[in-house]
Amino acid sequence: MNSTLLEMTGIRKSFYGVDVLKDVELRMQAGQTLGLVGENGAGKSTLMNIIGGNLRADAGQMQLAGELYVPHTPRDAQRAGVAFIHQELNLFANLSIAENIFLTSFPRTKLRNIDYNDMHQRADALLEQVGLRLSPRLLVENLSAGERQLVEIAKALRLAPRLMILDEPTTSLTSRETAKLFELLVSLQSNGMGLLYISHALGDVKRLCDEVLVLRDGAVVGQGPMCDFEPNQLVSMMVGRESSDQFPPRHNHPSKVKQLDVQHVTQPGVVRDISFVLNGGEVLGISGLMGSGRTELARILFGLDPMKSGHITMCGEPIERLPTAGRIARGMAMLTESRREDGLCMQASIAENMSLVAEPKYARPPWGLLRKAALTSALHAMRNAVKLSASTEWHRPVQTLSGGNQQKVVLAKWLLNQPKVLILDEPTRGIDVGAKFEIYALIDRLASDGQSILIISSEIEELLGICDRILVMSQGEIKDELARNEFDQSRIMLAALQADHVAASLRDADQ
Amino acid sequence: MRWPPEPGVRRSSKQASEFAMLDRVLQSGWLTIALSIAYACIMSVLAPGFASIENGTNVVVAMLPLMVVATGQTIVLISGGIDLSVTSVIALTSIAGAAVVTNDAGWLAGNSVATPVAVLAMLIVGAAVGFFNGGCVAWLRMPPFIVTLTTMIFASGLAVWLTQSKSISHLPTSFMLLGKQLWASGLVAIAVAVGVQTMLSRTRLGSSIRAIGNNPLTALASGVRVAPATVFAYVLSGICAAVAALLITGQLETGSPVQWENNLLDIVGATVIGGTSLYGGRGHVLWTLSGVLLLTLIDNSLNLLNLSHFTIMMAKGGVILLAALLDAWRHRRGNR
Repeated sequence: MNSTLLEMTGIRKSFYGVDVLKDVELRMQAGQTLGLVGENGAGKSTLMNIIGGNLRADAGQMQLAGELYVPHTPRDAQRAGVAFIHQELNLFANLSIAENIFLTSFPRTKLRNIDYNDMHQRADALLEQVGLRLSPRLLVENLSAGERQLVEIAKALRLAPRLMILDEPTTSLTSRETAKLFELLVSLQSNGMGLLYISHALGDVKRLCDEVLVLRDGAVVGQGPMCDFEPNQLVSMMVGRESSDQFPPRHNHPSKVKQLDVQHVTQPGVVRDISFVLNGGEVLGISGLMGSGRTELARILFGLDPMKSGHITMCGEPIERLPTAGRIARGMAMLTESRREDGLCMQASIAENMSLVAEPKYARPPWGLLRKAALTSALHAMRNAVKLSASTEWHRPVQTLSGGNQQKVVLAKWLLNQPKVLILDEPTRGIDVGAKFEIYALIDRLASDGQSILIISSEIEELLGICDRILVMSQGEIKDELARNEFDQSRIMLAALQADHVAASLRDADQ
Repeated sequence: MRWPPEPGVRRSSKQASEFAMLDRVLQSGWLTIALSIAYACIMSVLAPGFASIENGTNVVVAMLPLMVVATGQTIVLISGGIDLSVTSVIALTSIAGAAVVTNDAGWLAGNSVATPVAVLAMLIVGAAVGFFNGGCVAWLRMPPFIVTLTTMIFASGLAVWLTQSKSISHLPTSFMLLGKQLWASGLVAIAVAVGVQTMLSRTRLGSSIRAIGNNPLTALASGVRVAPATVFAYVLSGICAAVAALLITGQLETGSPVQWENNLLDIVGATVIGGTSLYGGRGHVLWTLSGVLLLTLIDNSLNLLNLSHFTIMMAKGGVILLAALLDAWRHRRGNR
């Protein structure tokens, strides 16, 4: 099989005079997997949206299997055989698997009613194709993230596409689910389908793709067979500098002052008997797979979720009975996992979001009138401290900012309150390499100033790069603890996977 | 200072620029004021007697109570809720105050403290209904719509039952002063508007309420005391309704159990016409002022044109629907 499936030539696109794509050339064969990598803002999404019919290029031509391809709408693209699996899944949780798959065109009986029998049979066949052994009658809300991803692919397969675009499909999957997804993708590919795979996880790209295309600032800076590129080389092509600078040098010196003392924290079904100490000026990492209880632990520490037993002491004061607001007032801060869900008010301005936490410090009794001048100057100082791009205006809704800048707004909001203990849950998710570096540098600076940092991350390398100590969680328990001189990626993976097999075999036995 | 502030500049980079001008106009916080002025200009030609001092006074008199109660509604809408109980709070507080002061065997008839006690009683009843609404929403997590709808029906029934459907008149002049004297009503309305907007834009409570309307989960995770702030919003709305009742009762010289029962849509409508969002998180008292102005102008001018009550209702309903459409459009824009 060596026919050209998709060919793009001279694609240009600009928004308000800013060139987002500059003469992009892309060529891929049927039965090939092309990895598309680049920093956030490099133009990957724009390029994919042009292929998927969501946007139209200002100039350039596309050919699909030798024919001129000009999609005006996503529907056009679907009809031409292009399927687009978005990063944020578009399934309705309150509908069944089959209903989701056939939502746009239900099979009908002669009386124009929905033919449920036919629909379920066909859905069954599609589910089998993606290796999902579930009843098509099951509601999507009962599925795990990985299962939903597979349903999304089954939905796309209904239209028998020639080309499938996958945008960051593994961000919310466990490693088992990822492996299952990759198996499926390989089989689709061997059936002649072309796959366009976008991801920040270079390891995944390396594993899956035959060929890779690197975008930087809207231009192609490299394309070739995967085996020609080393991961380090890819990173330096993406950012335009060497990847040895991926983590900043570290300056902090942990003290022996217990800033946070967690003893026997237990919440049935969530976490069990968690005990650890976080010292002043220390950066403590928590590693673990999704569902290991790490985010849940952070939420319990912060008072957002309940706990059944245990003690939490911050700077000598028991805080387990305090609500979140009380813990914040005493110097705790938490950057939550999802900026959109509970990290930011997306429609509110940068200034409004930044001042939300620290405002009580600027309220004057008795009426709580805010000292606006003092607050504003503090906002300005903090904005410089987190290096929020100078071009962004104060009144802009944070919605319009890039992921990296949004995360800086969240950080700024917490730092304004001068926290003693800072919990960071996935602080670099969905952020480009440059902004990541700045956030790492900020973490180092905070720790050097004596603040204690608890950081949760799915990226082991990130934890290895910035932590003094790493705890590994699995099944709601701490399975291992590594000091800096013992850091070892495979030991962490092993601890994180502990008992995973047991659980899996239990689940299989249930079925 | 920009006056009134923009409803939020929310132009995403991914939209077509052909309609940029139209976009700017529709997003502007000035839109309703501009429409009001344009509308007044047109009507001063079309409607006989529209552009007269006497009619101008009528417009202002009609605006003041609506302004006060819509100001309270603005707070609740910003918090992401809605208060449908305001009309029945007006009715209930109207008869409560009147029952205290009326010279027809009122509880404190002829007593020198009658008026202050009556006013206090009205404010307490308004606050109590607001507290009930807010409590159900904040602590019991009930949908604001059904809570306040139920309260509306209950309080309205209660008012009629208590009075056996009779109005209460023969009120002392001191009690009617605030409603009858234009300067006094004006001062009250201005004080309420300034007080509420100061609370909204310059205090911790105001930013808490806005944050709750924007994203309650973020508010909670950022240390905002969500439940007390929510309750407070509804209590303020109840108090504003009570103050409006004070003005209305004075204007009409009667406490009535069906006071303003048909004006609910005007109140929510004026707030939305001004640009305060039904989706929460966004609003300003000055916008509400412009919404009240436009709606009152429409009502007044169509009356002068001798259109029937029903035609006027259709016109107002249409305008409010348009405003809600615009709000939905702004919201979608913001979410892209």
